[in-house]
Amino acid sequence: MFSLIQIETYKIFRRPRTYIAFAAITSLIVLIQFGLKVDGKSYLDFMLNDLSTTLQIEGNIMNGYLVCYVMLQLLLVHVPLLIALIAADMISGEANMGTLRLLLTKPFSRTQLMLSKFIASTIYTLLLLIWLAFLALFVSMWIFGTDDMFLMKSSYVVLLKENDVFWRYIGAFVFAALAMTTVAALGFLLSVFAENSIGPIVATMSVIIFFTILSTLNIPIFNTVKPYLFTTHMISWKEFFDIQVNDANEAINGSIQNLPKILQSAAILLIHIVVFVWAAIWVFRKKDILS
Amino acid sequence: MRKIWIMIVLLIIGVSSHAQDMTALVLKVKEKLDQVNDYEAEGRMKTDVAFIKAPIGKVKVYFRKPDRFRLKKDGGISLLPKGGVSVNIGSLVATQNFMALGAGEAVVDGIATKVVKLLPSDENSDVVLTTMYIDEANLLVRKAVTTTKENGTYEVQMSYGKFAQYGLPDKVIFSFNTKNYKLPKGLTLEFDDNEKPATEAEKLKNRKGRVEIRYTNYTINKGLPDSVFK
Repeated sequence: MFSLIQIETYKIFRRPRTYIAFAAITSLIVLIQFGLKVDGKSYLDFMLNDLSTTLQIEGNIMNGYLVCYVMLQLLLVHVPLLIALIAADMISGEANMGTLRLLLTKPFSRTQLMLSKFIASTIYTLLLLIWLAFLALFVSMWIFGTDDMFLMKSSYVVLLKENDVFWRYIGAFVFAALAMTTVAALGFLLSVFAENSIGPIVATMSVIIFFTILSTLNIPIFNTVKPYLFTTHMISWKEFFDIQVNDANEAINGSIQNLPKILQSAAILLIHIVVFVWAAIWVFRKKDILS
Repeated sequence: MRKIWIMIVLLIIGVSSHAQDMTALVLKVKEKLDQVNDYEAEGRMKTDVAFIKAPIGKVKVYFRKPDRFRLKKDGGISLLPKGGVSVNIGSLVATQNFMALGAGEAVVDGIATKVVKLLPSDENSDVVLTTMYIDEANLLVRKAVTTTKENGTYEVQMSYGKFAQYGLPDKVIFSFNTKNYKLPKGLTLEFDDNEKPATEAEKLKNRKGRVEIRYTNYTINKGLPDSVFK
């Protein structure tokens, strides 16, 4: 099984298209970092416009922690599309090339093959996230320095102490890994149904775009549907950056405002992963392989 | 008619002598504060604004006569109300150009105080009016309400302890009016409905913002470099 995972991972990283995602993320992050380094003050002035009429805010607001948060907000919506490129190609790609039947002649069960392919796509997903974390967090910390994190939400402001931020990013990235693995699992499931790569890739992207739009639309009629969409739960990583306050309105260091929400979302995503992968294996085991 | 004139003259004399008394009181307070040429103080600052979730932070405060004041958070981002320079009472009475009018007496934190209205003579002064509650027995300003042209009205309330002899407070509570904060969700990229419950938001809506500084230590008249005020 381990050698099968190694082979599948090797196959992923031999394909040039795998590196499209890494290149896209690198160029986007470098571009945003450049923009914020050169003209971050204007961006901040614009964001602080309302607040600065009553408050005088001092300190290194545009620091690495805030820059990383801004980038994660922008990128974690689009990274799923890059993951779909690989995950939705795992089975359909083999079918398209005509190697699937040949692969199944090897002394492995179909379940083992499916699991190894899913684990390989998960490894790709995690490496992509690690790369994202390295560029967005560590490089930003190096370029912009570190300080307290001043986070402007739509109806309130959160000030996190510098020594209370890093662990939140670890939590956020672990959560993001779970969210991205859900996308990989969806792409993987859809790849079972097609004989070419384009169909499942586009289908995965379409599902994500459709669900994301539904999740973000603030129209009451859709509110009943939102909790059932996995895309609604994918953005719960942001909850790591909200802090509890006591009765005297003092923020409690090391606390999370809505930990149950994070745990609930994580559980829902985990259930999605299990269901998607199980369904993919179930369909594949029943499938008549002709290509 | 003559009686009326006598009454008017007596009234004017009465009012002007009362105002003079208050000027003398303010000058006595100023004299007490003048013992301090400069100080460096360490303290803990708590920001209590309805829409801000901020932890208590350590701060350092620097003051040099007549009105140089700087508050620095010990490594971090600080949020201070606009006009926060006047957290220091010394700068309120720093100027000689004011008119002090008595406005009765009041009790602040259980202490009897004289209410003094300070009107700056300088037309360009940002301060329009300052109402001071002066503890006459100890020559301490217990409370000051200042109305400014640019930054609205704010209130500074002080409690004294170890450094009362210098007129320096152990605790300063700075109250100010806050506007309702709102950023479009498109800007913050928040599309989920995770706002505070309406009842809580409503409860907090009309609250004043407060910044509370508890000073733990003062270093007085040891000299301060210009660099700390930059």
